[in-house]
Amino acid sequence: MKHAILALALLLTPLAAIASGGHGPALQNANVDLKDRSSMQRGAKYFVNYCQGCHSLQYMRYQRMAQDLGIPEDELRENLLFGDAKPTDMMTNALKPADGEAWFGTEIPDLTLVTRWRSPDWVYSYLKSYYVDDNRPYGVNNLVFPDVGMPHPFVHLQGIQAPVYAGGHGEEDGGHVVGVKLVEPGQLTPAEYDVMVRDLTNFLTYVGEPYKLERRQLGLYVLLFLGLMFILAFYMKREFWKDIH
Amino acid sequence: MSVETVETAPRGFLGWLDKRFPVMHVWNAHLAEYYAPKNMGLWSIFGSLALVVLIIQIVSGLWLAMAYKPSAAEAFASVEYIMRDVNWGWLLRYIHSTGASFFFILVYLHMFRGLMWGSYKNPRELLWIIGVVIYLAMMATAFFGYLLPWGQMSYWGAQVIVNLFAAVPEIGADLSTWVRGDYVISDVTLNRFFAFHFAIPFLLVGLVFVHIVALHRVGSTNPDGVEIKKGPKGNQWDPNQPADGIPFHPYYTVKDITGLIVFLAIFSAVVFYAPDLGGLFLEAPNFQPADPLKTPEHIAPVWYFTPYYAMLRAVPPIGGSQFPGVVVMFGAILIMFLLPWLDRSPVRSMRYKGVLSRFFLGAFAVSFVVLAYLGLMPSTDLYTLLAQIFTVVYFAFFLLMPIYTKLEKTKPVPERVTS
Repeated sequence: MKHAILALALLLTPLAAIASGGHGPALQNANVDLKDRSSMQRGAKYFVNYCQGCHSLQYMRYQRMAQDLGIPEDELRENLLFGDAKPTDMMTNALKPADGEAWFGTEIPDLTLVTRWRSPDWVYSYLKSYYVDDNRPYGVNNLVFPDVGMPHPFVHLQGIQAPVYAGGHGEEDGGHVVGVKLVEPGQLTPAEYDVMVRDLTNFLTYVGEPYKLERRQLGLYVLLFLGLMFILAFYMKREFWKDIH
Repeated sequence: MSVETVETAPRGFLGWLDKRFPVMHVWNAHLAEYYAPKNMGLWSIFGSLALVVLIIQIVSGLWLAMAYKPSAAEAFASVEYIMRDVNWGWLLRYIHSTGASFFFILVYLHMFRGLMWGSYKNPRELLWIIGVVIYLAMMATAFFGYLLPWGQMSYWGAQVIVNLFAAVPEIGADLSTWVRGDYVISDVTLNRFFAFHFAIPFLLVGLVFVHIVALHRVGSTNPDGVEIKKGPKGNQWDPNQPADGIPFHPYYTVKDITGLIVFLAIFSAVVFYAPDLGGLFLEAPNFQPADPLKTPEHIAPVWYFTPYYAMLRAVPPIGGSQFPGVVVMFGAILIMFLLPWLDRSPVRSMRYKGVLSRFFLGAFAVSFVVLAYLGLMPSTDLYTLLAQIFTVVYFAFFLLMPIYTKLEKTKPVPERVTS
């Protein structure tokens, strides 16, 4: 019967496995590495300087972040805490939600879990996919997040990107945007910009699940323990069952 | 057995206790002198594993409830608080979320085993029915529990399911409002769902107890479907017990412990290395707090409900009403109650049933898996058509059973169990 079921399964499942057409542009690999502390430290610096004015990390404590990323407390106080923020505070900001909505047309999302409901690759690709679009209020649009409300936060660093249309047509020919190309360099070279965006993505991936490394480490011990227990249980079972025929 | 209990009456504290509470009787009747067929094999393990997961869920859930806040304003943040600030909170939460999915995996395998062995047939009809009630209670618990993280998918999933009640003719709108306690899913709904999510597991424990009591009344079956109680008597432990029976303890306890360790290793691999299992166990949109004003692009329930969700979507509305779909969806579960009377085969196990039974069971298993997949995907014309076909296959397994189990030629069943 196992064979019959298997045969049926093989016969019928490909029907259902017909892939649904993908939508949205392909994402670029962020190559996240949660062991790369210096990358995450730089990411934290970029975040508090460029992002935190508008975006909070309301479930993340400064102190935990500093401990996990190996940032000494005096450096935390000196470089990453602004205003009257204390190390035990959550990484919030002073922006009122209503103001954000008035300025950008939409509620400004908290980014603590952004890498979990989007994905690290999405965040990385998003930050690289802004292009000029005069139809948008801030003059820019995004390939990964069409009609995004946020202006390009790093335009002075990355430079200006123009849209690339499908089949080499322009927008007036009905072409849709399939890519972006740099038309005016910024302060950073493309390679430097990639590193910066990756640092930021790395940091946000850490923030999304600060206990991730701890989780994997503990998992190893648990599995080793269970492996040992299995050997004992297996031989115990065999010993008991010896006299059952 | 009572005579024997007197002969081996324990002394000391156990003796004191046994005079006042039937410790030895319970131990013997359900473990040391409960004779199970010696040939149960691998498939027999899922019941005991499901029991372990139920306990894991209750214990981890109790500890989560100590830090969780069932209010619309605080629920999402309290889950993140558990994940980040509560000692071992992330572990408790991942154990609980992974446990929910594994509970269903184990119960689905347990039910499939029942279908293969014909475990629902006379005299085990009531045992099967209690099992289906357990399954319903599990689904209710899972449904209520899924709202608690108060993420986008929690919120909109609950919205979709509660709206199903609105499809009931005449009283629908009032009924769904009554279930929610509000016109939309709100703080009120979250509070009552939390209450139910906390309470139903205890009902589940009671049902599982009754399930085991019923099992021990009729005895465990086996891959051959041979009734060991009707076979010859006399084994190495007791001249009056079935020759093909072995005491559950120690034989099946050591076996189940071995299986349990393998299961826990698989379980731990998910908890520690892939707690969201690619969005299957924890859906990505649920990492966004619930927003009553923003409907997600694509709402899908968690995987263990998707076969029924696919059926719901597959049935076209009649006169603008989704009610037929709702009937089909609930019918797909309720039809399981009739199974003991749909099977007209003279034999119990799939081993001795004919090719038709095997074909329909295979088609049923495939349709369940395919429907689960389709329920996860956004609906397209092709997918809807496939869902319709497999919904028919799903029901054909049950509804045609009285015919094909009568029609087919069965194989002779041996007198004794085979190994």
